[in-house]
Amino acid sequence: MRDFDYIRPATIPDAIAAAAEPGSAYLAGGTNLLDLMKGGIASPERIVDISRLPELNRIERLDDGGVRIGALVRNADLAYDPEFAKSYPAVAEALLSGASAQLRNAATVGGNLLQRTRCSYFYDTASACNRREPGAGCDALEGENRLHAVLGWSDACIATHPSDFCVPLVALDAVVEIEGKKGRRHVTLEEFHRLPGETPQRENALEPGDLIVAVRLPAEAASFSANARYLKVRERTSYAFAVVSAAAALVVDGGKIRAARLALGGVAAKPWRARSAEAVLLGADANEATFASAADAALADASPSGDNAFKIELARRIVVRALISALSGTPKRLPALPASPFSNIPGVRHDA
Amino acid sequence: MTLELSLNQQPAHARQGSSIGQPLTRRDGFLKVTGGARYAADNHPPGMLYAVLAVSSIARGRVAALDTEAAKAHKGVVEVMTPKNRPALAIDPDAKDNPFMFRLDLLQNDQVRYPNQSIAVVIAETLEAATEGAALLSPRYEALPARVGLDGAKSFVPRGVGIGGPAVQHKGDVETGLRSAKTRIEATYETPAQYHNAMEPHAIVVAWDGDRLSIDTPSQGLAMAQGRIAGLFGIAPENIHIRSPFLGGGFGSKGMISGPQVLGILAARLVGRPVKLVLRREQMYGPVGHRAPTRQTLRMGMDGEGRLTAIDHHARTASSTFDDFFEPAADASHTLYASPAIATSHDAVRLDTGTPLFMRAPGEATGSIALESAIDEAAHACGMDPLEFRLRNYAEVEPMTGKPFSSKALRECYRQAAETFGWASRPLQPRLMRDADGFLTGWGMGTATFPALMFQAEARAVLRSDGSGLMETGAQDMGQGAWTAFAQIAADGLGLDIDRVEFRAGSSDLPNAGIAGGSGHTATAGMAIHNAGAAVIARLADLATGNEASPLFGAGNEGVLARGGRLYRRDDESRGESYAEILMRAGLTEIEAHGKGAPDPASQETYAKHAHGAVFAEVKVDPDFGQIRVTRLVGAFAAGRVINPRLVRSQYYGGMIWGISFALHEEAITDRRSGRIQNANLAEYHVPVNADVPSVEALLVHEDDPYVNALGIKGVGEIGITGTAGAIANAVWHATGVRPRRFPIRIEDLLG
Ligand SMILES: Cc1cc2nc3c(=O)[nH]c(=O)nc-3n(C[C@H](O)[C@H](O)[C@H](O)COP(=O)(O)OP(=O)(O)OC[C@H]3O[C@@H](n4cnc5c(N)ncnc54)[C@H](O)[C@@H]3O)c2cc1C
Ligand code: SF4
Repeated sequence: MRDFDYIRPATIPDAIAAAAEPGSAYLAGGTNLLDLMKGGIASPERIVDISRLPELNRIERLDDGGVRIGALVRNADLAYDPEFAKSYPAVAEALLSGASAQLRNAATVGGNLLQRTRCSYFYDTASACNRREPGAGCDALEGENRLHAVLGWSDACIATHPSDFCVPLVALDAVVEIEGKKGRRHVTLEEFHRLPGETPQRENALEPGDLIVAVRLPAEAASFSANARYLKVRERTSYAFAVVSAAAALVVDGGKIRAARLALGGVAAKPWRARSAEAVLLGADANEATFASAADAALADASPSGDNAFKIELARRIVVRALISALSGTPKRLPALPASPFSNIPGVRHDA
Repeated sequence: MTLELSLNQQPAHARQGSSIGQPLTRRDGFLKVTGGARYAADNHPPGMLYAVLAVSSIARGRVAALDTEAAKAHKGVVEVMTPKNRPALAIDPDAKDNPFMFRLDLLQNDQVRYPNQSIAVVIAETLEAATEGAALLSPRYEALPARVGLDGAKSFVPRGVGIGGPAVQHKGDVETGLRSAKTRIEATYETPAQYHNAMEPHAIVVAWDGDRLSIDTPSQGLAMAQGRIAGLFGIAPENIHIRSPFLGGGFGSKGMISGPQVLGILAARLVGRPVKLVLRREQMYGPVGHRAPTRQTLRMGMDGEGRLTAIDHHARTASSTFDDFFEPAADASHTLYASPAIATSHDAVRLDTGTPLFMRAPGEATGSIALESAIDEAAHACGMDPLEFRLRNYAEVEPMTGKPFSSKALRECYRQAAETFGWASRPLQPRLMRDADGFLTGWGMGTATFPALMFQAEARAVLRSDGSGLMETGAQDMGQGAWTAFAQIAADGLGLDIDRVEFRAGSSDLPNAGIAGGSGHTATAGMAIHNAGAAVIARLADLATGNEASPLFGAGNEGVLARGGRLYRRDDESRGESYAEILMRAGLTEIEAHGKGAPDPASQETYAKHAHGAVFAEVKVDPDFGQIRVTRLVGAFAAGRVINPRLVRSQYYGGMIWGISFALHEEAITDRRSGRIQNANLAEYHVPVNADVPSVEALLVHEDDPYVNALGIKGVGEIGITGTAGAIANAVWHATGVRPRRFPIRIEDLLG
């Protein structure tokens, strides 16, 4: 085994101090980091184990009506927090549609945001990958890329961000609370992840040593609770990453859309907030025609990065269905197959 | 089957036995769920070192340099084995003198012929040190372009397919048959490379003692493994003791000893200490076999009544560049449907992959999904219900050979499964059924078949003066329940309650039980056990009937029955005595006898022997997204005598779930340029999870077969895949109107 230092800090400042050294990595649930280390994709010299920092393990209601989720809250604990699931049902549904029960018990909020792409060439150290080794090239281009990005990709990288959790979060204006050498700062989740451009290795807004301490949802996010869904199409019924997914949230009054949120997953290097679609929805009649226009708007800039043109049409249809589902109301109970088209998500077209 | 005994042990006798036919739970179940079952890698002999493979990342070329110094300098690393210092072998690993002798990569040179080929072994005090040592080798290669895909090289007709069957066969003239047909179909189907992916990776723990070898490793064929290792090292087979009490699955990939296992033995030789070598998951995608990809074209002609006039089944497949295994996919058309003209042919390309191998229903699974899809297309072209079409073309004799079937309860399988499923209300046209939620709903069916094979096996039976019995055979339990089923056969063979029988298996120092493969293990080793039991009972009967002091004196062998630890006079059951009494009177602590199991050449010549089944599937498809869910599977199978219905049902379930996997999930994704497999892990190489398996029903159809063997056993291990995968594909067509032509069926194929 490659030797590395293992540090278990007692406080956040200790953690940040420890991680300030180059070559450090925070260890949370370890479900991604340890795989990367075993595969030789990541080889940190120093592991800063934050998994026992108690102050990062809380879900707090804020005075302004928002919620603050500690970075170490486990994915399962968050999804099963009754109050949280009631206020942010699409987030809970997204969490429970991810990975497996065992992984959700271990995976943390911060780790989920920072999980790396599932691009197979990224994991295959014998392949060229700009994200792993800047300037090396991208073997996914011209390779086996049917699940790669259709939005926001560049010739330097066509990978997608695999998180389900982040999709409703970005739709609901989540904010990432970061603590670093220069103190605490807030970055919207929408700005947190970066598109590849020429520098796919710069995946997010973190600077070396920065620690995610929490993710916040503003008060307004809960106003969608009656009409919010997450929908995820995948290649087996459970325990698979999204081919394409969507989070949709609406406030509807008298048949008119008063507020709308839409984001896509599995289509880009970041959870994709579809603002142009939201603009179409806002103030329009809440019906399928509107939703179809919104879907067109959301995918207007999409283009295949390889053998994946089908994802564009698939994404359009998922947007429409997610919006129909949101319109027909959040179910009282979380479905047994969260986010699955087979969880009786209403709106399957009988005339298709 | 020639019985090796004088005692009357007709099947009718055995059927009265109290153990065969009982739904006993697994006798090893408790050990397994409590973690008490010791698998190969659970062994830690004193002084053991860890060996880790370094494997190639190129598909073709040579290893130009390895930094063995860096690896050796790593703390804990004891030795690095490369072609330079690998201990000598008695024979060339590339030598091959029979089709079951596969060429192995044992560091014989610096050549690389597929990705994940072993290029060095690092041996260290800890697993971690060995792992890091392997990484530090930082190989440099001289690489050549990889040959990838079914069009990646020039094709040729192989000399033999499967276990050596002809690559091209025909009966009648298919061109004439096609010309005379009223309706014709032609369709091409592709199946991907698949990997066995047993839960338990290939693992070996090995210790040398001079020229003697002690080995713990999972094996589906202990005696073959022993023989192969003996040949490679030039030592006597008796000097090699292999223990394989439990396998965490094998599916064919543990049928032959693989290269990495032998490298473990070489590593132990090199360092003079016991060594453990366990493959990592991704290392299982190369040196331990796989199911080769196929591209199959079927042409069929039908007359005005929907009777087949011709079946032409062609399969393109692939093997490695250095060895031969050709997936006999087209042979699936030999046995199921009557047709005056049948032609099957194979061609192949040689690619830079590991050598393909038998994988659960080799040929039958790949061939079945294409054949059953084509039959469905043919039925539709004739405007007929798929079941009616299959019955119209029901084979009363084996189509290719004209031989009668030893037994064939397929009509009854169709009837029971169709009725249970509710097939009668199925609309003929596709895309007509919707469920309450709007999902496209489709029903499809497929016919299942698998040959009833037997190999060679031996067993040793002992009766002891305390009234207990012992049965020994080197049988292998891959998880199918051999520990239980064989104990049941042993109990009846010895005329004892199962709790009075000690059953030993899973070790190479026991009589050779042949291979757990080809769905023939229960029949073959079961017959050896049955015959050994009968033989030892015959000896016991001799002792009693020849002794004046016995109430059985003068009864003669024909007149004695064995049951519950006692012998009875057949003509007067009030006269009998216990085994213990007989042995004690004779002053013996125990008696023993041997038995064999083997196919009977005469009945082999006369009869076609196959198990059959019918599988019906319901799928739901999201009309917008093309996501598929199998909501119901009903299979009915007739496979002769059922030794244990609980275990048999499990085999059918497992096979049917594998059918779901074949139709919807499994595929090794190979990079078209490098030849490296991109999803060599269980997160991305999909198999069904529980949510993909909502409802599976397996019906056991009664079937007496007096010809397959005295116990009437056919095999149940592989048949469940066949029929099922096609039934699902056909249900997807019925739901959507889109005919799946490549597998696994993908979302984009159904988006429309
Ligand atoms: C087989 C499998 C299937 C999966 N399927 C899905 C799926 O369907 N959907 C889905 O969304 N996800 C899926 N995942 C991914 C899973 O959600 C992530 O692995 C998990 O969320 C990561 O969280 P963690 O706490 O284990 O992170 P770690 O592995 O501990 O860390 C991940 C990265 O984040 C960094 N990090 C962690 N916490 C912090 C912090 N507070 N501040 C700064 N840096 C930090 C680490 O240094 C590391 O680089 C799957 C994973 C596996 C292995
Ligand atoms: S798509 Fe991105 S992650 Fe994948 S190989 Fe190319 S650069 Fe690397």
